[in-house]
Amino acid sequence: MLRLPWYTEWLLCLVNKMRESHIMKIHYGTALAAIGLVAVHILMRLTQGFAESLEYESVIENYKFLPYAGLLEIILILLSIHGFNGLRVILLELKQGRIYEKAVSYGCVAAMIGLIAYGSRTIIMVNTGMI
Amino acid sequence: MAQTPSIAEEKTSSAVSSSKSITLRIARFNPQKDSDTSFMEFKVPVEKWTTVLEAILDVKKHFDHSVAVRYSCRQATCGSCGMVINGKPRLACFTKISELNSDTVTVEPMHNFPIIRDLAVRFDRLFNSHHKVKPYLIRDDTDVSSDTKEILQSPEELEQFIQFSNCIKCGLCNSACPTMATDSSFVGPQALAQAYRYVADSRDKGKDNRLKIIDESHGIWRCHFAGSCSQVCPKGVDPAMGIQLLRGYMLGFRS
Ligand code: SF4
Ligand code: FES
Repeated sequence: MLRLPWYTEWLLCLVNKMRESHIMKIHYGTALAAIGLVAVHILMRLTQGFAESLEYESVIENYKFLPYAGLLEIILILLSIHGFNGLRVILLELKQGRIYEKAVSYGCVAAMIGLIAYGSRTIIMVNTGMI
Repeated sequence: MAQTPSIAEEKTSSAVSSSKSITLRIARFNPQKDSDTSFMEFKVPVEKWTTVLEAILDVKKHFDHSVAVRYSCRQATCGSCGMVINGKPRLACFTKISELNSDTVTVEPMHNFPIIRDLAVRFDRLFNSHHKVKPYLIRDDTDVSSDTKEILQSPEELEQFIQFSNCIKCGLCNSACPTMATDSSFVGPQALAQAYRYVADSRDKGKDNRLKIIDESHGIWRCHFAGSCSQVCPKGVDPAMGIQLLRGYMLGFRS
């Protein structure tokens, strides 16, 4: 049987117990924080030359600069939480039913964790010398 | 022996001289027989003051008595005659044909309500949601005893909720709400406005209880502030504002 890591189970349990107002406060909070941090991110890109910013060497350099890598990681977390909660809300309004709604909530939390893990993996690999 | 006129006989607009006539298109649907809604057209004489309800009753009296329509007070008080008139949810007894500026008036049952027949819809969901938010004062000392005093309220305290107590449960707001159209579990603007009406009442002590009831996945947070509920409300209740004020309590801006 598929066993989820302990923290995933803990997170699912937490989400299950949370009131909708807590979830929506997080939703609005992550949106506001993301706007601020994405603005910083765009400003940094402008100072370093916008055109080359997606070139391989320049991406690796940015990931090696820890404060900036940390900023990107926080943006990734904020946008994943906000985006997947938004998706959950849309899907809950599209169709109703106990099993469907549980599947949507758990599915969105799992997808959110998956996306954060995948994005963080790149930063970790660069900084541990795997790339 | 002189014949007494029957009290059931109704005076309708056709009894007086009419200057104009319009085409009234009535949606016909019987869920037990029909697979789709069809429209029947009737030429109805109207005066400046003729309401849509009067025109429908004219059709019932002179052309087709089987048209199903719910009504009672004929003065925008009972909330029975809600329907979609020329695309907008309105009270049939409160809508004059002359104000519609059209020679064709189309009447359909309210959206987001199951149809019983033709223009009559089921109100179960609206009443269930209304009951769910506990639409009454919650206090520990509700027992009336001989020394019970009035619970006084200042004009300012009354101002907080008086507008919301005008709701006649007509369901027009729920009919206009886009979330109601897709989310079959959504509590709806009518019930949310009533939740606010009691939460904002200084005599009520059930605020926490009520806020908990509407703080669920198909509760207050599913409102996207389209505002259509407030546009169609015939009593000026403004459910959209009530919902935003309730959110203020939940986000900690109000206490
Ligand atoms: S809030 Fe207005 S539209 Fe909605 S049920 Fe009450 S009176 Fe009707
Ligand atoms: S008949 Fe009562 S509100 Fe229209």
